[in-house]
Amino acid sequence: MSDDRPDPDQLLARVERDNAKAKRGRLKIFFGAAAGVGKSYAMLLAARERRSENIDVVIGLIETHGRKETQALLKGLEVLPTRQIDYKGTMLHEFDIDAALKRRPAIIIVDELAHTNAPSSRHPKRWQDIHELLDAGIDVYTALNVQHLESLNDDIGQISGIRVWETVPDTVFEDADEIELVDLPPDELLLRLKEGKVYLPQQAQHAIHHFFRKGNLIALRELALRQTANRVDLQMLTYREDHAIHDVWQVNERVLVCIGVNPLAERLVRAGKRLAVSLRAKWLVVYVETPQLQRLPAEKRDGVLRILRLAEQLGAETVTLSAPDMGEAIIEFCSERNINKLVVGKPSRRGWKRWLLGSVVDELISHAHNVNIYLLGSPKMADSEINLFHKTPLPGLRQQTDTKKQGYYVGYVWAVLVPLFSAVIAYPMIGRLELANLVMVFLLGVVFVATRFGRGPSVLASVIGVGLFDFLFVQPYYSFSVSNGQYLITLLTMLVVGIVISNLMVNVHSQAKVAAHRERRAAVLYAMSRELASSQNEEQVVRIAVRHLHSEFSSRNVILFPDSNGRILYPKQKSITESLHGVDLSVAQWVFDHNEMAGQGTNTLPSAEAIYFPIYGEDRVLGVLALLPVNLRRVFLPEQQKLLETFLRQIGQAITRIHLAEQAKMTQMQVETERLRNSLLSAISHDLRTPLATIIGSASTLLEGEGRLQTQDKLDLSRVIVDEAERMSNLINNILDMARLDAGVVELNKQWHPLEEIIGTVLTRLQKHLLDRTVKVKLPAGIPMIFVDAVMIEQVLINLLENAIRYTPQGSDLDIIADMTETAVEIKVADHGAGIPKGREDSLFEKFYQARHEAAQSGVGLGLAICRAIIEAHGGKIYAQNRLGGGAEFTFILPIDQSPPVMELEE
Amino acid sequence: MTKTNPVIIVIEDDPAIRRFLRTGLSTQGFTVFEADTGKQGIIETGVRKPDLVILDLGLPDIDGVEVIKSIREWSAIPILILSARSSEQHKIDALDAGADDYLTKPFGFGELLARIRVALRHANRSLDFMQSEVFITANLTVDLQNRRVSIDDQDIHLTPIQYRLLAILVKNAGKVLTHQQILKEVWGPSYQENAHYLRIYMSQLRQKLEVDPTQPKFLLTESGVGYRLKV
Repeated sequence: MSDDRPDPDQLLARVERDNAKAKRGRLKIFFGAAAGVGKSYAMLLAARERRSENIDVVIGLIETHGRKETQALLKGLEVLPTRQIDYKGTMLHEFDIDAALKRRPAIIIVDELAHTNAPSSRHPKRWQDIHELLDAGIDVYTALNVQHLESLNDDIGQISGIRVWETVPDTVFEDADEIELVDLPPDELLLRLKEGKVYLPQQAQHAIHHFFRKGNLIALRELALRQTANRVDLQMLTYREDHAIHDVWQVNERVLVCIGVNPLAERLVRAGKRLAVSLRAKWLVVYVETPQLQRLPAEKRDGVLRILRLAEQLGAETVTLSAPDMGEAIIEFCSERNINKLVVGKPSRRGWKRWLLGSVVDELISHAHNVNIYLLGSPKMADSEINLFHKTPLPGLRQQTDTKKQGYYVGYVWAVLVPLFSAVIAYPMIGRLELANLVMVFLLGVVFVATRFGRGPSVLASVIGVGLFDFLFVQPYYSFSVSNGQYLITLLTMLVVGIVISNLMVNVHSQAKVAAHRERRAAVLYAMSRELASSQNEEQVVRIAVRHLHSEFSSRNVILFPDSNGRILYPKQKSITESLHGVDLSVAQWVFDHNEMAGQGTNTLPSAEAIYFPIYGEDRVLGVLALLPVNLRRVFLPEQQKLLETFLRQIGQAITRIHLAEQAKMTQMQVETERLRNSLLSAISHDLRTPLATIIGSASTLLEGEGRLQTQDKLDLSRVIVDEAERMSNLINNILDMARLDAGVVELNKQWHPLEEIIGTVLTRLQKHLLDRTVKVKLPAGIPMIFVDAVMIEQVLINLLENAIRYTPQGSDLDIIADMTETAVEIKVADHGAGIPKGREDSLFEKFYQARHEAAQSGVGLGLAICRAIIEAHGGKIYAQNRLGGGAEFTFILPIDQSPPVMELEE
Repeated sequence: MTKTNPVIIVIEDDPAIRRFLRTGLSTQGFTVFEADTGKQGIIETGVRKPDLVILDLGLPDIDGVEVIKSIREWSAIPILILSARSSEQHKIDALDAGADDYLTKPFGFGELLARIRVALRHANRSLDFMQSEVFITANLTVDLQNRRVSIDDQDIHLTPIQYRLLAILVKNAGKVLTHQQILKEVWGPSYQENAHYLRIYMSQLRQKLEVDPTQPKFLLTESGVGYRLKV
């Protein structure tokens, strides 16, 4: 067995990890138990040392808090200026990330990793700034106290009684390349505190003195040391793994944390994190949204979102499932993802309720096999904390006022009216029908109320129904008392059945609603993907996407694409009503460069108005979607976010498909060009050699035959030489024209010209060739001037006429007919020749096409191709057809896109 | 006859073209001198006092337009340009600089001779050109002194601008005038950008003077360059 050899997959993962690391900057964290242990000092010492090694070290931001020893260390080090932000009257000094990125030092020092940036900054948190620096390949030194670590935040809060709000996700700490523990025994720290060497902010003096108790400091020190030790342990394991020293990888350990809508959720997540770290396992957090939970008020659902985001920060994969049964969904998910450790909270139902209605935990325990279940008890919660869960809005999410459903009270009115109505129907039937049958009439009413108005009204309807029934139908009549004991059972059963029906109906109803909702989402997705599938170009994709995003998220949207240099630009296409205008290109650029979302409600540039999402294709970011929703919640609810992701994937795929198609077309065109070049070479070599052969032959005959040739012979030979040379000259002109048009170097010199003058010039130039022919010109009276490049259009007419001369019998007439509409001028050149062979009308305009192959008269078949290129450059079109009375007819249409200039004329 | 042969200087760097011009022109009774650079051409022109200069625009040392400007500083002799095709702007530049006419390579010798004759005639005429002159070609008569224009002795009424336009063409009969030159003469220097005015008036003129304006006999368009009155 080759157990000792590292697994190739793992090796590959390691190589990838190393590569990613090599490109990224290295992060070094100076880690301490509390303020005052000397982190900044240690950091500066390290910086000086690097400086002395001639490494480009720059101070991005350092908090010296006026300590002399620390300040002294700053000497000789470059300090970047801070960004000053006026926030509600106070000047805040913030780390200037753009300056740092521009300066691009080898190492930058940025103190206080856990710092929260001023509101208008790019990232809300400093660790995100540092993340970006690392991405840019800059090494960073920073400092962190143990209490700011997200996963320990809770525990330390409980130990010290002070909870800090500035936290750093554990992943940042775990991904750091180096951790340097700055340690100071508690006694020495207290001594320094007494000597006033530790900086304490004025306003929090008392609280902080409470914090700096010896007991607290010992606990904090222990946590810091343990955290560092864990890390060292991890490094050791990684090292061993890398060097195949021992198989240490826990096989497929996966921890799943199930959270619900309760204050325990946060503790569950932190506990799950600790468990996962201790097991070195992957961990996931799942939230199952049942139909009941979907009906929760928005702020409670926001609470869940917040916890899920916390979990992501702690390094978990988060999943939201929607299913009618929580326990079943979790069990299914466990087997799907090979979960073997489950962290859940203690059941919230107690006593008879738990016994009667069951609990998710019980269901899990009885049905989940091969899974270890960890139950977490709920400690007594301070009220403030519970409120925190309910009330804290999601960062960036603007609160929405819950509008009560209209018709809420109407249901209760119906709950009263319906039993009365049932009574009216049933009353005349007393004596004729059994009481048991009359009960049915009331139950029918309950069913009606339940389907229309939900649980509350239907329960009320049951109760009122039972009351009425007792009052009107049970002896003694018109009294609530019951004479016969068996009626008690009737009434009780009626009540229970009524309530059960209510519940059932309500569940059916809400499931139907959920199903309808899902169906609608599926339909929306289907509609978009169907349209996307038939889209032909990027512009269409954008339009389709913008429209569908609008209908689903009520948002205004825009999709931005980069130019060839990767700079995001505003779209060139016309906007539609659902388009979003004036988005922030710099945010879009950031999103494009980092392949992460940004903007409102996210961790990056939350002050931007819109939300920006990267659109990615197979292997790269293709563009950026900027979306401005009416209500952020419509985008950030889990199911909506999933839907949006699907939308983005679809859009990305559509764009990729179009890019691929364009590429294929390009390749096709290259092949075509290659083919053309080959036929050009053969055509040219043939068509140039033939006249050359005649010229050389005739000229040499003249030379050799000097003195023996008759005058007439000499003249004939000379004539031949001139004719053939002219033919060659035409050919070369055509080739040159085509080459210029193909190369795109021709710039149209458009001016206003009378059509009559253009035709006149052409006929004058062709005089010599038209000797034996009549050209009939039909121009409508008062035809206005056209805006064209006259030289080019003359070329078109000359080519068409020359063609007509070449392919029609000598002496036959030619026609030039012009006509015009409001938007276009149509010019026809028609002849009375043999016409165009059927089916060749289009191929005529291809390069090197010749009506008669190997014809004695040649022209390389470029004339019509040149015509087409010129007309298309003018935005027009050209086509050929046979005219009714015989003969060919070439038509070109030039659009009129502006009206002729106004002129003051004498007549 | 004691009349001396007209002298022509050919400024052209291609020896083959020089040779055929020399042979052809000599047999037609011209005295030909040659120069293969612009600078040498200017010197030759100064020394030989020719009746006409044939100038190739693409010279190895200096631009043909510079040669025209240099000659025009001290002489009004006709200059005939030989230019490569598809460079309307070059032709316009040369004509605006003071050249009299141009021929596009390749050209036939007959065409060249015709142009040379027109240029020489024009030069001789302009020596003693007076307002009294009456211009007659085919059935068109233009009496510049009495401002009368007639076709087949039928008087044609022209507006002032139409007349000015015709007059400038008549004064330069046979010679190519660029759009700019005509605009400047007829409308004044501030109308340089309004070539469409010129085209409209030219079209009106053709309606009045030509039998078929789409197949003009007198008022010819030099594509992309300007106009010429055919003699």
